[in-house]
Amino acid sequence: MAILVDANTRVLVQGITGRQGAFHTRAMLRYGTKVEAGVTPGKGGQSVEGVPVYDSVEEAVAIHRGINTSLIMVPAPYAADAVYEALDNGIKLVVIITEHVPIHDTVKFIRYAGLQDAHIIGPNCPGVITPGESKVGIMPGHIFKKGNVGIVSRSGTLTYEIAYTMTLKGLGQSTCVGIGGDPVVGLSFIEVLEMFRKDPETEAVVLIGEIGGDMEERAAAYIKESGYPKPVVAYIAGRTAPPEKRMGHAGAIISMGAGDPESKVRALNEAGVYVASTPSEIAEKLSKLMG
Amino acid sequence: MAVKLYEFEGRELFRRYGIPVTEYGVAGSAEEARRLSEEFGGRVVVKAQVLVAGRGKAGGVKVAETPARAAEIAAEMLGSSIKGERVKTVIVTPYTEIARELYLGFIVDRARRKSVLIASGEGGVDIEVLAKTSPSNVLKLEVDPLTGLRDYQIRRAVRFMHLSDKLAEDAVKILKGLYRLFTEMDCELAEINPLALTPEQNLVALDSKIIIDDNALFRHKEFTRPLSESGLEEEARRLGFTAVELDGDIGIIGNGAGLTMATMDMVKLKGGRPANFLDVGGGAAEDVVDKAARLLLTHPRVKVLFVNILGGITRCDEVAKGLVSAYKSVGQKKRVVVRLMGTNEEEGKRILRENGLLHYDSMEEAAEVAASLGG
Repeated sequence: MAILVDANTRVLVQGITGRQGAFHTRAMLRYGTKVEAGVTPGKGGQSVEGVPVYDSVEEAVAIHRGINTSLIMVPAPYAADAVYEALDNGIKLVVIITEHVPIHDTVKFIRYAGLQDAHIIGPNCPGVITPGESKVGIMPGHIFKKGNVGIVSRSGTLTYEIAYTMTLKGLGQSTCVGIGGDPVVGLSFIEVLEMFRKDPETEAVVLIGEIGGDMEERAAAYIKESGYPKPVVAYIAGRTAPPEKRMGHAGAIISMGAGDPESKVRALNEAGVYVASTPSEIAEKLSKLMG
Repeated sequence: MAVKLYEFEGRELFRRYGIPVTEYGVAGSAEEARRLSEEFGGRVVVKAQVLVAGRGKAGGVKVAETPARAAEIAAEMLGSSIKGERVKTVIVTPYTEIARELYLGFIVDRARRKSVLIASGEGGVDIEVLAKTSPSNVLKLEVDPLTGLRDYQIRRAVRFMHLSDKLAEDAVKILKGLYRLFTEMDCELAEINPLALTPEQNLVALDSKIIIDDNALFRHKEFTRPLSESGLEEEARRLGFTAVELDGDIGIIGNGAGLTMATMDMVKLKGGRPANFLDVGGGAAEDVVDKAARLLLTHPRVKVLFVNILGGITRCDEVAKGLVSAYKSVGQKKRVVVRLMGTNEEEGKRILRENGLLHYDSMEEAAEVAASLGG
């Protein structure tokens, strides 16, 4: 089971011939991900790590009919066009690694995907991994371990940190979803929490947030109102940041209203979510909760 | 960093998009201000061109009855500082009688993942404050990014602002123009505040607030800002990093905003005091890490450099090479604590060991060491 990606996931890599595209195609193949084809306009006929490259998504899906997921690794100015190309060719899960995508492009293709019942993950995200089955993204595969804890996170590298401390303690993961660090992203905490709620393999959820925006507060409200049936443990990065300083992610920068760490911790606590003070405390707390 | 536009730049865009603004001219000297004032005749307003909020209350907006007085005000403002920001130019604009002030704005609403039109019959104030104190006076309408602003939404906003039928046509033009500006110029925010209704029953924009998405600057090169100020944060930005200056003695480099912030949190938890933190971003190659490390190693307050890298798209061997290169070039006066994990980790650790740099597997342990080495 797990969510979003599994052993049946067949991946198209858009931007496969770039330095990062080729590097991570190799890493995904090594992990066991079924990378079926790649697209780079003008580079059709080449191959990358044995994966055939096409000029267009249309050509790729005509030959590789099983493709159901696209990984976008093209430069930001071309990212929106790549997303539309994937969606217009019937791909229902589009994972956007590219950072610095203009926000007006993002709101448009997210809306477009919504009309077609397709899911967008990202932009500016590390991707999704279901350990032992499929890795669609740029995360280092070896630090994850198959198990029963779902992870949903706004941060890339911090997710690796937390997943790794869990793995070391023997706590495996069902699926890890990096939703992306931009102010506007496709799947949000709430939608992923909802997926984990329905997933029988997921017994507990780790939510990794950061200062800025109000996505954590909204997730807390959802957990409270839905009477969320699985334990949730959270971590919020940037809690010691001086309030007048604006940190890192674009997501943390534009704060219209909510966003300070106290507000997030309070909302999560009120929803019955334990908020860990260090990344490693998450694994300790989970061990107790899951017996 | 999102790009905020000066009022005069916003006014220029308003004109380009058919939004009526009062006459104005930009002055960089008292003499220019006098000339503009003479040209307009009568009473004028001199407005300091700064980006900080609350300019009016800080003395950045003044009325002059004569050209001589306008020159005097400009002379006072130019070169002075308003809330810490130096005034380089002022604008001079004819004084406008106001019957009523309105508010119009478009913003990208992250929660709704859509643009939102915000309108109010009470302008001239901070719209966020007004939305809290008197929410019934603020209209918010979601705009579908695919179909754009619809006519029925425009009619709704016009009614909400209690404009007469005679003015409705002008208001429609202003709303359409502002929405076009907002989307075509890739704005995070495009605001007319206040939009003045004059006693002669004309609508005119008196001030602009426009923020352009920096990720879209490749489409709007004219608004790329030269980075002129000094300081670590600007220097880092020039090199393409995000950095934040704090007041301790431990420099922090991480990859990814979340991990970098968590590293700062951890150092503080272990009793250390971060001097600053710098996010090298995703996929940083050797030369990039070298530049980042050099920047912090040469910073006078940094005694210890703590580098926490989790390789995904970033390769640990590249990071190690960059660190070694920076460490060697600035001399070995400062302590460097490294935590490396992920892509090409073994190779990275080997490079560090061979060059005498400490490395750890656990972030907590590394943070403890870094904190203990700090003052």
